[in-house]
Amino acid sequence: MSTATTTSPTTAGQSGAPLVRAVNVHKAFHGNEVLKGIDMDVHTGEVVCLLGPSGSGKTTFLRCINQLESIDGGRIWVDGELVGLEEKGGRLHRLGEKQIAAQRREIGMVFQRFNLFPHMTALENIMEAPVHVKGVGKSEARARALELLELVGLSDKPQAFPAQLSGGQQQRVAIARALAMQPKLMLFDEPTSALDPELVGEVLKVMRSLADTGMTMIVVTHEMGFARDVADRVVFMDGGVVVEQGPAKDVIGNPQHERTRTFLKRMHA
Amino acid sequence: MTPVSDDTRTHTDRPGAIDARPVRHPGRWVALAVIAVLAAMLISSFVTNPNWGFAKALKIMNYNPVLEGLLKGTIIATVGSMIIGVILGVIVGIMRLSDNPVLSAVGFLYTWFFRGIPRLVLIAMLGTGVGFLYPKLDIGPLPFSQQLAQWLGLSNDLTVFSLDVNQFSSTLMMGIIGLGLSEAAYMAEIARGGILSVDPGQREAAQALGMSGGKIMRRIVLPQAMRVIIPPTGNETIAMVKDTSLLSALPLTTELFFQTNAVGTRTLQIMPSFVAATAWYLIITSVLMVGQYFLERRFGRGFGQPSARQAKKAQALLAAGSQH
Ligand SMILES: Nc1ncnc2c1ncn2[C@@H]1O[C@H](COP(=O)(O)OP(=O)(O)OP(=O)(O)O)[C@@H](O)[C@H]1O
Ligand SMILES: [Mg+2]
Repeated sequence: MSTATTTSPTTAGQSGAPLVRAVNVHKAFHGNEVLKGIDMDVHTGEVVCLLGPSGSGKTTFLRCINQLESIDGGRIWVDGELVGLEEKGGRLHRLGEKQIAAQRREIGMVFQRFNLFPHMTALENIMEAPVHVKGVGKSEARARALELLELVGLSDKPQAFPAQLSGGQQQRVAIARALAMQPKLMLFDEPTSALDPELVGEVLKVMRSLADTGMTMIVVTHEMGFARDVADRVVFMDGGVVVEQGPAKDVIGNPQHERTRTFLKRMHA
Repeated sequence: MTPVSDDTRTHTDRPGAIDARPVRHPGRWVALAVIAVLAAMLISSFVTNPNWGFAKALKIMNYNPVLEGLLKGTIIATVGSMIIGVILGVIVGIMRLSDNPVLSAVGFLYTWFFRGIPRLVLIAMLGTGVGFLYPKLDIGPLPFSQQLAQWLGLSNDLTVFSLDVNQFSSTLMMGIIGLGLSEAAYMAEIARGGILSVDPGQREAAQALGMSGGKIMRRIVLPQAMRVIIPPTGNETIAMVKDTSLLSALPLTTELFFQTNAVGTRTLQIMPSFVAATAWYLIITSVLMVGQYFLERRFGRGFGQPSARQAKKAQALLAAGSQH
């Protein structure tokens, strides 16, 4: 067995080891400390909503989980595996590009601005990673992609290019694209905040049904309704730390901290 | 009130289809008239001035040495040097963007050097200078093979392949290499600009899917960069067609302008020989412009309406896939 620094501590947790465990995560950009010791556990099947004012580090934390940013301090484990590091001969070593890519395959990410590949059709976007990363056969990947399009309510759009789709449709394709890799965990970074108000509902609906299938999700959002109805737990961040967390109805309905109250008041205003 | 507006008002109080006179463009007609007169004057001078010698020019265009020069020194040289230029240029462009400081410095030095020398000077140098400096190029299995063999006192000097540079230096191949090396420096800048024009979110989305760096470049970034890279590359190709005439400095004689010029001076038909060369250059350039149009359409995929053929092909693929 390896030392306690690299093995996921299995003390807390209602259903065994958490799928995601972040301990004392620190991240600075050019000396500007953005994450100042984040602790967070997310269990399999849980939906966690991350709330917080602009600049509080929500996006940065999500990006650290799938290594679009590397952390300076603390540890993150996903499914018991240390993220971005490995222990060899009693020392920590940063993982190489290939190993990082392999860890990312287990995690799906949905971006605020969709980031679909504009030179590929909706179907090709969804097939891309299974075919070219996992090596799944084309016909199998296509069949699976068509199923996913149906799941997100776009079975009539396989041949559409992203530029021919509305924002809501693009974001649903992006969700299908992430799901095509059969991830254990889905990360959403404000998936609806680039959308016209009337298109928000269709994306949230897809996310709700995904939550119902038992997918583990971490969702950065300003949609209080979604957080209240779907989240098992809400985490409020401010200034790079977790200020308060708990069941959605407690944090949103009866916040304990002044900063949470101020933020929620501004959200409802 | 005019009867017209009364009339519309009686039909409906909401405005209907617009039947308005288009905006007039009197300037266009004036321009057309001026240009028509100028064109008529030009054509009349072509027809009445026998010194142009169009009939002779047509003959020169079809001489065998001219055609050979056109095929080898112009067409093959353009294709060859552009292939080297584009491939090497993309590699140098990627190097310049690399996080590895050594690679990016090498990329920078390459661009600095080859953009700095005039092509004419480079060609002349490759033609005579290189053969003077390195008359024989010995290629061994190891770096410094010859020195190593000498040092170890081997009888064999480890050379596997030997090239007589003096014989090679004034060949078409040397010309293609020279123009290709020079072109790569320009293509590197074009490729770099194209790669930088791709939204960084594209790379991140691909990373999040677990793609490796090489695959992200090949499948996600470069195909999108191509849209930006192709128009200036078309421009570069057309410029290259004309720069192949510099190969006569190698010296290479199987080259279009050298040949038309030779015919011109030999037969004292200087002007017709110029006309012949001009006509060939214009014809090649026109063909290239058509090719560029199709390439741009191919790589504009997803950025405009897809063509009818593309849509049909996609539909067919989908049908084939759903049978499984
Ligand atoms: N790549 C970067 N380089 C430098 N600073 C950065 C970088 N990314 C984020 N930051 C800074 O980190 C801080 C936190 O940013 P982050 O995007 O994580 O906030 P956020 O909580 O997601 O905010 P928002 O609600 O506006 O999306 C900000 O002050 C931001 O300026
Ligand atoms: Mg953010």
